[in-house]
Amino acid sequence: MIYLDNSATTKPYPEVVQSFQKVAEQYYANPSSIHKFGSEAERLLLQSKKQAAQLLKVSPEEVIFTSGGTEGNNIAIKGIALEHQSRGKHIITTQIEHPSVLEACRALESLGFEVSYLPVTETGSVRVEDIKASIRQDTVLISIMSVNNELGTVQPIREIGQVVHEYPKIFFHVDHVQGLGKIDMDFYECGIDLCTMSGHKVHGLNGTGALFVKRRTKLFPLHHGGGQEGAYRAGTENLAGNVSFVKALRMSMQQKATAVNKLRTLNERLRNRLAVNPFVIINSPSEAAPHIINVSVPGFKPEVVIHALGEKGIYISTMSACSSKRSDESAVLAACQLKEDRTTSALRISMSYQNTQEEIDMFASELEKVLAELNKVMG
Amino acid sequence: MQFDQIMVRYGEMALKGKNRHKFEQKLQSNVTHKLKRYPATKLKKTRDRMYVMLNGEDPYKVMETCQEVFGIQSLSFAIRTEKEEDKIKEAALFAFNDSENAKTFKISAKRTDKTFPIGSQEMNQRLGGHILKNTEDVTVDVHNPDVEISVEIRQDAVYITAKKYPGAGGLPVGTTGKTLLLLSGGIDSPVAGYLAMKRGVEVEAIHFHSPPYTSERAKQKVMDLAQELTRFGIKLKVHLIPFTNIQQKIHQEMPEGYSMTIMRRLMLRISEAVAKEQEILSMTTGESLGQVASQTMESMSAINDVTNYPVIRPLVAMDKLDIISISQQIGMYDISIRPYEDCCTVFVPKSPKTRPSKEKARYYESAVDFSEDIKQAVEEREIMELKLQTASESVNEFKDLF
Ligand SMILES: Cc1ncc(COP(=O)(O)O)c(C=O)c1O
Repeated sequence: MIYLDNSATTKPYPEVVQSFQKVAEQYYANPSSIHKFGSEAERLLLQSKKQAAQLLKVSPEEVIFTSGGTEGNNIAIKGIALEHQSRGKHIITTQIEHPSVLEACRALESLGFEVSYLPVTETGSVRVEDIKASIRQDTVLISIMSVNNELGTVQPIREIGQVVHEYPKIFFHVDHVQGLGKIDMDFYECGIDLCTMSGHKVHGLNGTGALFVKRRTKLFPLHHGGGQEGAYRAGTENLAGNVSFVKALRMSMQQKATAVNKLRTLNERLRNRLAVNPFVIINSPSEAAPHIINVSVPGFKPEVVIHALGEKGIYISTMSACSSKRSDESAVLAACQLKEDRTTSALRISMSYQNTQEEIDMFASELEKVLAELNKVMG
Repeated sequence: MQFDQIMVRYGEMALKGKNRHKFEQKLQSNVTHKLKRYPATKLKKTRDRMYVMLNGEDPYKVMETCQEVFGIQSLSFAIRTEKEEDKIKEAALFAFNDSENAKTFKISAKRTDKTFPIGSQEMNQRLGGHILKNTEDVTVDVHNPDVEISVEIRQDAVYITAKKYPGAGGLPVGTTGKTLLLLSGGIDSPVAGYLAMKRGVEVEAIHFHSPPYTSERAKQKVMDLAQELTRFGIKLKVHLIPFTNIQQKIHQEMPEGYSMTIMRRLMLRISEAVAKEQEILSMTTGESLGQVASQTMESMSAINDVTNYPVIRPLVAMDKLDIISISQQIGMYDISIRPYEDCCTVFVPKSPKTRPSKEKARYYESAVDFSEDIKQAVEEREIMELKLQTASESVNEFKDLF
């Protein structure tokens, strides 16, 4: 099997699964129980926050464990909007955010909020001037992803942070689900107030993740209850999940430190192969995050290509159609104003640090074969 | 360009003629321990200063760490550069830009290498001009500058330093003897320990716990506070005294109004016994005057009656709000306010005497012999040796899980 769908989800590290199992078996007490067993679980919970904080270079109380990216984005966006609505009801985001951001914003629109969905360049970058120009008196939140999940485009988070810095009352949220473990981004230095992370994109388990909430940021919680996670997210803690998430975080950051150049080399190698494939147009900019390459195969139906590759044990994906007006069109590529033949024929190849050169070569060859075959039938 | 070293200026200790050598050695060793977290750093001592060579470690992190070491008056980043005018200019500008809000500056060039062709006065002007040219709204002020940029032209290279960062002040821990700190899980006693350390005192801690009346978490809280104190003291020995039997005995056999006073007298007697054994010459408490019933002048007198060891009370004249503010500054507050009972709160009498007398305390105690209990408590104590942790050590308990 050649797995090249790592932006959808990744294979968990075996060590992560082991940690999960060990904690689930040995530390199943409720961290809020006052007995010694509970206090051990609580200590483990504190320790996992400390460790996460160290890795992320923030303070332990700024780490809120969640069930993943969708939840993190919802807590951040709705939480800020609801808590600070008396000050303003305007939100700024982009047209190419993940559905968990876009749909949260749409839901807020139905409650009377106004949202500016900023356009992007042909390669999916938001323009800092556009953000500046759309800030209003009543803007409370700016939410921008660090790395786009379809194109891999890296947004100018630091520059946006500098802009937001001049408006101390505006909160800056970053959906970092695709950037975590792949690109450098210092939360403090970039002026970020809230930052979403998801476990299953960094070889952790599904249903794990974290949200960074900068100290003294007030949020209206989506879950009220026993006050866990600093009352930002009530509910008995998923201790085994949290510990396993921190382990995945550590291991993927370590891999980034040692293997990011290897991943870049693979990326270039693949780009070079794709560039000479007559049926393929590369959509991802060359400065994109190293793990994602998005291409279009005009004239082909992407599902058919995916199924054909799937028969050979090669797994890639097509665009997420969920937030598009047309069911067969990539909303992200449409926002990049690409022509319809490209927006309806996109394929996403997303790698991990585990992929090898042989796999990449094999994939490129098989894609060439599949397209040539299909071309005979369709063309 | 990057800062490549930190210049460390000593505080008061520079004055202490004869002891100076010992003080410098202690400071050097304390700084070295603190910097274990940043393994590439190296410490270099010259006649009257110390330099931390950064060797690529994050300058600001190392600076923050050094700012926690007692005995340091102030620190500055320094850049070592070649003896070429353009390089010196570039470095001076870089050093100036470290002070974000500075609007005025002054250059103080000093030429110890007289073969260098540009004189000090001339250098001042050239560097000043370079900074003015490359900044906006900045002016020279030779009398009262926001930053003074020192440029030393030596035989080997040119050294440039700018903004002064305040050090923690005080004296190097370990230069003025040792004390035994009565550590509870509250806000006061960790601050008292911190202040004793600031005066150069090495601290050991003693804590009284009474399971099952006090919980594992309460003990953990104290250990967490003690661990935080190692940030300033490098190491800290904690004596955990099993106190349940004595508390029960007091509760059953002493008059309720005096139980608090007598409990504290017993704590002090146990502490004295431990201090004696450890050859420690004093005890330190977090008491301050008039905060709670047990901290009246009468109470202090009745409690102090059991020992002739000096009892150091660094907080005695401080306001609660000031104590809280120190506790917050040194990162203890969030731990101190965790809501677990400690042994002092469990057996709190309904109406403690606010003006106890030592005579009465002595009289009540004379009816019961506590000396065996004290001996036993001292013997059965648990001793934990904590030391400053490096980043990788701080998760050791659950290490394999992470
Ligand atoms: C950019 C981005 N944000 C958020 C999410 C949602 O994360 P999760 O699947 O953990 O809910 C994803 C995952 O598809 C994503 O790619």
